[in-house]
Amino acid sequence: MINFGNVSKRYPNSYDALKNITFTIETGEMVFVTGHSGAGKSTLLKLIAAIERPTSGSIIVNGQNVAALKGAAISILRRNLGLVFQDQKILFDRSVFDNVLLPLQISGFDPKTATGRVRAALDKVGLLDKEKARPITLSGGEQQRLCIARAVVNRPSILIADEPTGNLDTDYARDIMDMFRSFHQVGVTVLIATHDAELLGGAQQRILTLDHGKLAA
Amino acid sequence: MSAWFLHHSYALTLALTRLVRTPFSSLLSIAVMGIALSLPAGGYMLLGNLQTFSGHISGAPQLSLFLALDASRDEAAQIGSRLKQHPQVASFQFVPKDSALQQLKQGNGLADVVGSLAQNPLPDAFVINAKSTVPEVLESLRAEMQKWPKAEHVQLDSAWARRLDALLSLGRVAVLMLAALLSFALVAVTFNTIRLQILTRRDEIEVSKLIGATNGFIRRPFLYFGAIQGVAGGIAAWLIIALGTYLINGALADLALLYAFDSRLHHLSSEDSMSLLLFSAGLGWLGAWLSVANHLWQIEPK
Ligand SMILES: Nc1ncnc2c1ncn2[C@@H]1O[C@H](COP(=O)(O)OP(=O)(O)OP(=O)(O)O)[C@@H](O)[C@H]1O
Ligand SMILES: [Mg+2]
Repeated sequence: MINFGNVSKRYPNSYDALKNITFTIETGEMVFVTGHSGAGKSTLLKLIAAIERPTSGSIIVNGQNVAALKGAAISILRRNLGLVFQDQKILFDRSVFDNVLLPLQISGFDPKTATGRVRAALDKVGLLDKEKARPITLSGGEQQRLCIARAVVNRPSILIADEPTGNLDTDYARDIMDMFRSFHQVGVTVLIATHDAELLGGAQQRILTLDHGKLAA
Repeated sequence: MSAWFLHHSYALTLALTRLVRTPFSSLLSIAVMGIALSLPAGGYMLLGNLQTFSGHISGAPQLSLFLALDASRDEAAQIGSRLKQHPQVASFQFVPKDSALQQLKQGNGLADVVGSLAQNPLPDAFVINAKSTVPEVLESLRAEMQKWPKAEHVQLDSAWARRLDALLSLGRVAVLMLAALLSFALVAVTFNTIRLQILTRRDEIEVSKLIGATNGFIRRPFLYFGAIQGVAGGIAAWLIIALGTYLINGALADLALLYAFDSRLHHLSSEDSMSLLLFSAGLGWLGAWLSVANHLWQIEPK
């Protein structure tokens, strides 16, 4: 469960990126966050993972007040989240396989189990035949899948994706959206930020719309 | 297998890989550390050897009492009985002038010179072992004997050993200062090596933190790297000292034959060698820790 209570976020030397946001996402829900560029979508997602700190308000994730977490507790929180970043954060100095392996090394999996899990994750996103490839040789869509594989390899209960279909053509974007739906179907809480209205078309899921940092009704 | 063990073996593997992947810069750093460490450690080794040497001499506090040349047998016997009664004297030996001359003739190939002398130039002498080893007591004993009739000259044989001791304390202070300064330099060298490594891995560190790595996880491979490089530097220093000892001993061998005593240098004891390695590992670890802590503090969201 994710709960925002009167959350505001002001970046240093800037105006309020988020103003008085309150909402609840139940366990197992799939929710879209949408809005114009600069509306505060990424900021909202970063607050959940304690990548940014709220200026005021409370953020409860799985029963913990994220705003008050420190040090190792933040690390543990992040290990239980699957994160897809808007700027991807792929490591280009290592293979596709090693990129997906990193979260498992951080969690302390033994190499054998880890190898199995990495292959399973790559299989799920259709990149198994590219495990030895350098990420730079992948297409944009494939790089996006790599990010998803890295986010889900730890089998998180909450999956948070920031513009996972940015710059992809509609077919490819729909593929990736289907992938998220399948995670949702197996009980994962999914939160996706996108400004791509076409993706939302026909979606029965809940949509949170941000407008200049405020939650539209 | 526990996560703890996995984390450490992962960090150790990573550190070793990084060390081997940059052989030249690693070897260069290790050489610099080895040379820097070999100076204080070598000084410490030399001091240890001098200490043992001076210990041999000052261990038995001896005084030599030389009588005036014109002292008679009776006067010598009087001094002998004074010594027998003196509470501070443990034992003594009378060396009459004739036997002293005899020794000299047999001894040093000076037979010809000595044989050509018209009369014996040597005085009668007593070699005295004192009971006390306290320098002040020995000194007052020497002053007292000096006043006895016909005592021409009383010499405290351990006097120069005391001077050596004073010099050794001075040397110890110098070695300590050198060690402190060079330790600082070593920490700085490691700090910089690790800083460069961090710069080439800032993406990896950033991503790792974002997906749940603790500071410990980020720090560990660098700490291992620093400690391993430190140990390697310590080993290099040990080898440099070993080489130095070997070369000096080659030169000392002739001297030892000449003076018939063991003047060979001994390398650091195994305890001291272990301490050297632990110390250098600690320095490397510290340099790495400071470097990573500095970086982690910089990227911490404020
Ligand atoms: N680190 C930062 N420092 C200062 N201002 C920031 C920072 N990050 C974001 N902002 C500002 O906060 C506001 C919201 O940014 P945010 O990235 O959340 O928007 P977004 O909805 O994700 O936009 P986009 O669709 O372009 O990704 C913007 O006005 C942006 O300029
Ligand atoms: Mg954004």
